Amino acid sequence: MRRLAPRPALLAASTAAVAVALLPLVYLAVRTAEAGLDRLADELWTERVALLALRSLGLAAVVTVACVVLGVGAAFLVTRTDLPGRRTFAVLAALPLAVPTYIAAFAWVSTVDGLEGFWPAALVLTLCSYPYVFLPVAAALRGADPAQEEVSRSLGRSGWRTFTAVTLRQIRPATAAGALLVALYVLSDFGAVSILRADTFTRAIFIAFDLGFDRTGALVLSSVLVALTVLLLAAETATRRRGARYARLCGARRPPARLRLGAARWPALGALLGVAALALGVPAVSLAQRLVTGVSRPGALTEVAAAAGNSLTASLAGAALTMLLALPLGLLVARAPGVLTTVLDRLAYLAHALPGVVIGLSLIFFGITVAYPLYQTRWLLALAYATLFLPLAVGAVAGAAAQSPPGLEEVARSLGRGPLTVLRTVTLPLTLPGIGAGAALVFLTGMKELPATLLLRPTGTDTLATELWTATSVGAYAAAAPYAALLVAISALPTWLLVARSGLLDKEDRG
Amino acid sequence: MSEVVLTGVVKRYGAVTALAGVDLTVPSGLLTAVLGPSGCGKTTLLRCLAGFERLDGGEIRIDGAPVAGAGRHVPTHRRRIAVVPQEGALFPHLSVADNVAYGLDRAARRGDRVEEVLTLVGLAGYGDRMPHQLSGGQQQRVAVARALAPRPSVVLLDEPFSALDAGLRAGLRHDVREALRADGATGVLVTHDQGEALSVADRVVVLRAGRVVQAGTPTTVYREPADEWVAGFVGDAVLLPAVVEDGSARTSLGLVPVAGAAPAGPATVLVRPEQVRFTTGSGPVTATVLRHDFHGHDALVGLRLADGTRVTARILDGGPSVPVGTEVGVTVDGTARAFPTPNPSPRPRPHPHPHPHPRDLALSARTKGADAGESGAESARSAGGWDAAAGRAGVRSAGASSAGFS
Repeated sequence: MRRLAPRPALLAASTAAVAVALLPLVYLAVRTAEAGLDRLADELWTERVALLALRSLGLAAVVTVACVVLGVGAAFLVTRTDLPGRRTFAVLAALPLAVPTYIAAFAWVSTVDGLEGFWPAALVLTLCSYPYVFLPVAAALRGADPAQEEVSRSLGRSGWRTFTAVTLRQIRPATAAGALLVALYVLSDFGAVSILRADTFTRAIFIAFDLGFDRTGALVLSSVLVALTVLLLAAETATRRRGARYARLCGARRPPARLRLGAARWPALGALLGVAALALGVPAVSLAQRLVTGVSRPGALTEVAAAAGNSLTASLAGAALTMLLALPLGLLVARAPGVLTTVLDRLAYLAHALPGVVIGLSLIFFGITVAYPLYQTRWLLALAYATLFLPLAVGAVAGAAAQSPPGLEEVARSLGRGPLTVLRTVTLPLTLPGIGAGAALVFLTGMKELPATLLLRPTGTDTLATELWTATSVGAYAAAAPYAALLVAISALPTWLLVARSGLLDKEDRG
Repeated sequence: MSEVVLTGVVKRYGAVTALAGVDLTVPSGLLTAVLGPSGCGKTTLLRCLAGFERLDGGEIRIDGAPVAGAGRHVPTHRRRIAVVPQEGALFPHLSVADNVAYGLDRAARRGDRVEEVLTLVGLAGYGDRMPHQLSGGQQQRVAVARALAPRPSVVLLDEPFSALDAGLRAGLRHDVREALRADGATGVLVTHDQGEALSVADRVVVLRAGRVVQAGTPTTVYREPADEWVAGFVGDAVLLPAVVEDGSARTSLGLVPVAGAAPAGPATVLVRPEQVRFTTGSGPVTATVLRHDFHGHDALVGLRLADGTRVTARILDGGPSVPVGTEVGVTVDGTARAFPTPNPSPRPRPHPHPHPHPRDLALSARTKGADAGESGAESARSAGGWDAAAGRAGVRSAGASSAGFS
């Protein structure tokens, strides 16, 4: 009969966090309403909007399915089989996170002439975003209770049927979370679809805005994108079974048994190598070719160093603000599930799916009319990052909080430790790895963020991403290469932390 | 070493009243078992004691100082009440020694208290292990050591043995009791297992539907249960309709002396199966052997009396077992306990007890059956129903008694 005490402070803080995240959405609603119904109808009921919607949804669907297949497959191979070099592959499977989609797209375009359209965009987006499925699923596979699989085997289920009936269900929440992230990421991706000329909503919005100065058109298209996001979130909620929490109540961790691949390990190795070659090899080779020319340009190094410093500070500020907002909401999600919590969680996702362009514009508006002191500062940019990446952080915090069940904290308090000591000695040690992983993810994604940074960076402070964009847009591939290389290198560090914290590198005898 | 006193403790969850005014004294230095079926409020009681829940009424005092009650809620960490949860809940990121040292201050950590309590629970030398390297029983021992280490006022044990297998459980609860005693700790053990409560605790408190029904030594609770429900809950019980006159009860088993002062009139009497003796050959009361359940250390023999009433006898030595169908003579050893029938009307109401219990049905049915046997007025009643009811009424085993209370 364990009930959670109401947590008004937590609820208030979460509501405030979501309110901040929803600023752009509110701006969108206000601006769209100002346009008037007739104008809206004119803009909405066109063949072009229908085509854009179909293409955007199709791209999201194709990429999500491909990412689930790649992510779950790779996660299973590196966590549950005796695949040779699996720790290396665990790192390789996570590394594409360090390659921004626009860099990957740029690498492919500059390698294969005339590559453009839907399927190339799907390929590039899949290769860049399957780690979003791989990482949580690998963590879930490592953490899942092997006893359930053993029970299934003992009940006469074959290895394959156990995998489908038990293992896949154990990792279902992790897979769903990862897939949702991928789908949302694809819907809001701007860089790759722009470079590969796949006509989706984000590209159309940017074109309408940047070239046509058509604010209303851009906002209407954004509204449709928001509606698509809501649909996606609703579908995910509908398929998620109630009470599907796979908590393990007793016992300590035991590493799962590994499947012996036998001769099958060669095709498995080949598949992982192939994916790694496409996701990492192509950008690496392409960048390496242009890097020499790019670096030998006069003055290149000082420009790059300045941009790198700007990128780092902006991303750090963004990650800090995001974690600050995500902590109460993540704790609420983990500790006090309920209708209100679900609504807040979903609302946070909503902002995440908005294209960076819309976030950027709305915050410019917000800065000019409401918070002028923030305008043209890096804090407005940090706010944009917080809005964009809140769900990443909330998921990480909620997952981390689940590592420290309330029962443990109660025991600690009963042993005479005050709330702060319990926080320091029990809750934080158990949750910090997860929270740290969340912060790393936010930081990394912030480094890669392009459209909002383009719009919100204080005048004169160029980041790696914006310098890269400027150089690419004028066809100066060689000048862009150093920024791209540095971005990839900087992003690789948090990715490495992420992999290390996920336990993928742990020795087998450790739990 | 602390005395804990609860006065009129009330705890509600929305519309559900989990504790409906609990009065209870936990004596210092002893182990008190809180025994009750699932859903009776015993875990809530423990959570209120520990300070995890706020009271809706009443008061809790430790050594005279109020820790919970009217407008007062001393937080858990200032109560010096250590908890051993059902699943152990060891800190997974700490070694065994660090787990045990968790409640100790800096100075005490350097001392030998950690090794001392680990020795008490039989895990000397395990300090460097991680929790996941221990078996379930060992984890539970560490959880007990961790609770004992800071010498708390009270150690609360929340069904700490229920997840373990029977053999391990018996050994562990013995060791845990010895560890508590050796440390002079005051303990509260929450359990639904009457065997556990009776064998381990110095005092047993029986809880039902959020109220204390009885508190006393294990012997008292077993031999002098407060009512028929407690009688059936703490052990096997033969409950018979009877009429009490001059300190004796007239039952289907003959005239049985009644312990204590029982008012004359209709009553239900309790006889424990081990009081029922039988000899081959006939006696004043005869019965037929229906079944023989061998348990190794003893055996339960089901008997049907001449009037159809079923009773159970416990024989220590399963030895020369009596074949099913044998006619035997039955006597009762010692005294019975009589519970006056609350409503002395000739036709008892179907549910004479405020708390629904499967046995209530059986009791009333059997009483009617007995009526039928004597007067023939109810002979039309279906024999099947009669039999089933009587069979159920014969023995109340504690194991099955939780039905209807979950």
